[in-house]
Order: sequence, then C-alpha cells, then structure tokens
Amino acid sequence: MKIYFTTSILGGILLGLISYSFYYAEGMSYFSSDPKACVNCHIMKPQYDSWQKGSHHAFATCVQCHLPSKTISKWVAKAENGFLHSKAFTFQNFHEPIFIRKKNREVLIDNCLQCHNGFVEGMNHAEQSDCLHCHNSVGHGESLGLGKYNSTKRGSF
Amino acid sequence: MKNHIKLIIGALVISSILTILLLININERKSEVEESYKKLVKVTEDDTDPEKWGINWPKQYDSYKLTAEATKTRYGGHGGSEALPEQKIERDPWLKRMFKGYAFSIDYRDRRGHAYMLEDQEQTKRQTKPQSGSCLHCHASIMPLYRELGDGNAIKGFEKTHQYSYEELNEMLHESGHGHPVSCVDCHEPNTMKLRVTRPGFIQGIQALANSTSQVSYLPSIERWRESSQTNPYDPNESATQTEMRSFVCAQCHVEYYCGSEMTLEFPWSNGLKAEDLEKHWNETYLPDGKRFFDYKHKESGAEILKVQHPEFELWSQGIHARSGVACADCHMPYQRDGASKISDHWVRSPLLNINNACQTCHHINEEQILKEVDIIQDRNYKLLKRGGESLMALLDAIQIAKDSGATQNELKEALEFQRKAQWRLDYIAAENSMGFHAPQEAARILGEAIDYARQGQVKAMSIK
Repeated sequence: MKIYFTTSILGGILLGLISYSFYYAEGMSYFSSDPKACVNCHIMKPQYDSWQKGSHHAFATCVQCHLPSKTISKWVAKAENGFLHSKAFTFQNFHEPIFIRKKNREVLIDNCLQCHNGFVEGMNHAEQSDCLHCHNSVGHGESLGLGKYNSTKRGSF
Repeated sequence: MKNHIKLIIGALVISSILTILLLININERKSEVEESYKKLVKVTEDDTDPEKWGINWPKQYDSYKLTAEATKTRYGGHGGSEALPEQKIERDPWLKRMFKGYAFSIDYRDRRGHAYMLEDQEQTKRQTKPQSGSCLHCHASIMPLYRELGDGNAIKGFEKTHQYSYEELNEMLHESGHGHPVSCVDCHEPNTMKLRVTRPGFIQGIQALANSTSQVSYLPSIERWRESSQTNPYDPNESATQTEMRSFVCAQCHVEYYCGSEMTLEFPWSNGLKAEDLEKHWNETYLPDGKRFFDYKHKESGAEILKVQHPEFELWSQGIHARSGVACADCHMPYQRDGASKISDHWVRSPLLNINNACQTCHHINEEQILKEVDIIQDRNYKLLKRGGESLMALLDAIQIAKDSGATQNELKEALEFQRKAQWRLDYIAAENSMGFHAPQEAARILGEAIDYARQGQVKAMSIK
C-alpha cells in the first residue's frame, strides 16, 4: 500500500511541476493566434517589430502567413514548429541569424496565394513561382533603414 | 509487480527532475530579458579604465577585451605568432619609396586590434623622428587630460596639444592615470550609456561639413539641421540619429586628418567627404609660415606631398552601405544574442571574421558565397592598387632621370604637382583599411585617377628638354 501512496505523491508532484511550467512559460498563449505569443521568447523580436512596420501589418498576423490555413495541417505545423522552436531555444544551438526553413517558406507562398490568387493567377511566372523572391519586404518591411529619413534631395553623391 | 512499480517511480522521479531543469532554463531566459545590467559601481567622465566599467557591463567588457586577439583576413591584420605584425613597406616596396622623407618609410606594419593602439604607437620606430602630441587624440582615452590642460575646457586643452611632443604628452597621460587605449567613456555617456562623440577633432570637422553645401543624404541629421533655422551650430550629440551615432563614434578616429606639430589637429571636411573634397581642403590650407599645406617633402623628387591617414569613414560615405543606411557598427560590432538579450559585440573586428552576424542579417545567402563576393571585390581593388604603385614608381623614375640630366625644380613643377595628386589618391586607397570594400566603385575611380595623374606626370617629366 505504501508504495502506491509514494507513486501517487510523486505523480502529483510531476503533474504539479508540469502544470506550473506550462503556466510559467505562458503555454496557453501558444494556442492563440496573438502575434505577441511569437515574441514570448524574444528571439523573434526583430521580426515582430519589423512586421509592425511592414505593409501587411494591417492585413495579416504572424499565423495568417506562417501557418497553413486548413485546420488539421495548421495544428500539425503549429506543433512541429513549436517543438523545434522550444528545442532550439532551450539548447541554444541554432543558426544565427534565424532563416526560414524550406517547408515553412512553401507554406508562406501558399498563403500569399490564398489572398492574391485572383490577381496573380493569370501571370505567366515560372512553374515554381516564389512571390517572396521579389516581395520579401511586405511582411517584415525593408531589412534596412527602419525609420530611416529619406532624403528629399536627389543628386550626385 | 513490485519491479513494475519501481520503474514507474523511477520514471516519475526522472521526469520531475527534467521538468525542474526546464523550469530553471525558462526562468533564466526570462530574467535575461528583465535585467540588462546592474549598476554596481558608479562610473564618471574621469573613469578611463575600462575594467571599472566592466564590473557593470561584463558582457560588453569581455568582448572588448577580445580586441587583443590576433586576427587575420586575406588583406588585413596580423595572424602570426610573432610579437609584431609584418612590415607593409617590405611586402610592398613601392609604399616605402612613396613615403621617402616621411617616418612611414621607417616603420609601417599591419594593424593589430584596438587593445594595442597605445602600446603600438609608443613603440613604433616612427618615434625615432619627433612626433606630435596630437597623435594621442585617437590612441588614448585622453579627454580628462584635455580638460586638465584647458582648465575644464576640453577644446582649449586640445588646441594646445600639438605643441607638445608625443613623449611629453604621453608622459603626462600616464602620470594622470589615463594611460589607456580608447575605452568605454570615449563613446558612452557614463550616466545613461547613451552613445556620444567626445573628440574635438571630429566635432569641429563634422560642423565644418554641416556648414558646407556638399550632398550628405547619408547623414540625415545634417540635412535636417541645414533646413532648420541653424540658430546653434550642428551638434552631433544633440541631433544625430542612433544609426548615425553608430558611425560617428568610429568616425572620431577612422578618418583622414592632420596631426602634426605645426597646427592643431584638423579633419579636412569643409568641402565634403569625397577624396577630391578633402584634397581641395588641404590645397586651400596654409601652414603657419604661409606656405601651401603639405605633410612632407618627398626625399627623391622634392614634391610637397599629402599623406593620407585612413579615411574609412569617408570612403564608406561614398558606398552602397552608407546609402542604404548601414552604420559602421552594424557590420563591425553587430548585435549578438546572449540568451534572450541582445548586445552589441564590442570585439571590434573585420566583418569577415563574423559573417553570420555581420552580413547575414541582411544578405540571406550562405557564408561561402558572401566570402567569395568580398574576395572578388578586394582582389580587383588590390590589382588596381598595385598597378597604381607601378605607375607612381614610373613617375618617380622619370623625375629622377630628368633631374640627373639637369632639369631644375622649376621645370619639374608640373610633374611634381602630378605626383602630389597621384600620391594623394593612391595613398587614399592604400591606407584605407578595407581594400576597397567600403565603396568599390569609388575606390576604382580614385585609383583610376591616381594612375592617370602618375602617367601624366611621367609624360611631363619626360618631355623636359
């Protein structure tokens, strides 16, 4: 009997620890689609800041571009990226600066078409068209000179 | 049955421990965000010793200390185990001949990191010729000494220093306890840690630039000031943006200047920042004896030569990175992540030694590719530079031949003027520390002009009958 008692106490402790960690790490926020959840760990701060200056700020949040739109694939992608991100941030062993993975880039391009397909479907681009090749500043703004004062004077340097 | 339960207990204990470790990890990351630093000691304007600042800002101080490391890229630095870097003038003998009559023909070596700036200056064999106290403007944390000499007014103290010999002023520096290389207080305001510029030479130079009409679209605060009522002189500490400050702090020293003993140290920016703007400034400057400004008389030809220092800021200003709003520190002191916080890397060094942080933040291509692109730019520049050296040597040969066959200094006047112009341009790119990278097209234009002027001078010297 005593051993069952110990086991349940230990189980209770573990459950408590897990729940507290989940609460402390703001676990619930990851089930939302609030862009603020993406900067919980601060690695994405530059991306979050620049999104606020990007032209798509008013139209799309992080998940609207970065996650598939279909319910099941959305949650699968969320779980996969969530796992990889937490692993990377815990062990601190990732390439810097962070780059988007090929798989996620494909999701991104799919989402461009979710909204813009009507406008671009007649375009005769190469088979594997990559919107971001030219339009890479729409989501996160120009990678340079944020808040830069643009000279009104045009002339020789 | 019992074994089974033991296994479960074991798994529960291990899982609990792992969860606790994860919890600690999360806590660590969270606290990194909350506390960027703890002010344990008070630092003031007179604290030139970086070690004291290091108590409050250990991360920045740790990376600052790394400037003592020997680093080498293809065209810069010093990677050997020997105590002193290689002699540039022995590797490229045309440099030595170009500097004949000037102390750089005695000793001119590859660079070492910031940590050695004072020591290397004290030990260079150029010191066998009398050097001016002006040199310490950039090689030491000298502001407290300027204030002392000027009874509280740093500018006044600064204006006195060219009259001191290097030895004298350096001794005063060490006696006053400020014998440190450029350190924290030279770029940071001690109460707020805000970036600021302190060097009188820079402040006067940038004001002269602001007062000129030259195009400076890469320095927006100057454009704004020019459009304003201009009631007060342009003050970089007041008006410059954070991005500009991330260049200005470096431009306090990484520029062209005069630092001899005949007049106060001066940045030649009154006409703009292009090579010919700077040349024009010197051509319009007169020495105390009334002669047109020159740094030295060439020992072979007698030409009045302008020695270029290291115009990194000026060359950068003419390049694509300046036009795109990239500051010196963006590449030479890029942000680096430390856990969940972000700090500027204070190990000031070549971006080629830190391509990830320095280049890939904007250029999303792999490291090898980036390195290759830079190599192409620098190789081309080096080839053109060498060609320039050959042209200048040909000019010096032609002048020598003309002299040997009896040409007078007056007959040689035009050829010597071409030598001055050619050397100004050649040295501009040779002394600049990026092997043309800071503005590749501009560097090629300047070298093209150098070669042209050298050859024109050669023709002139050869046509003296």
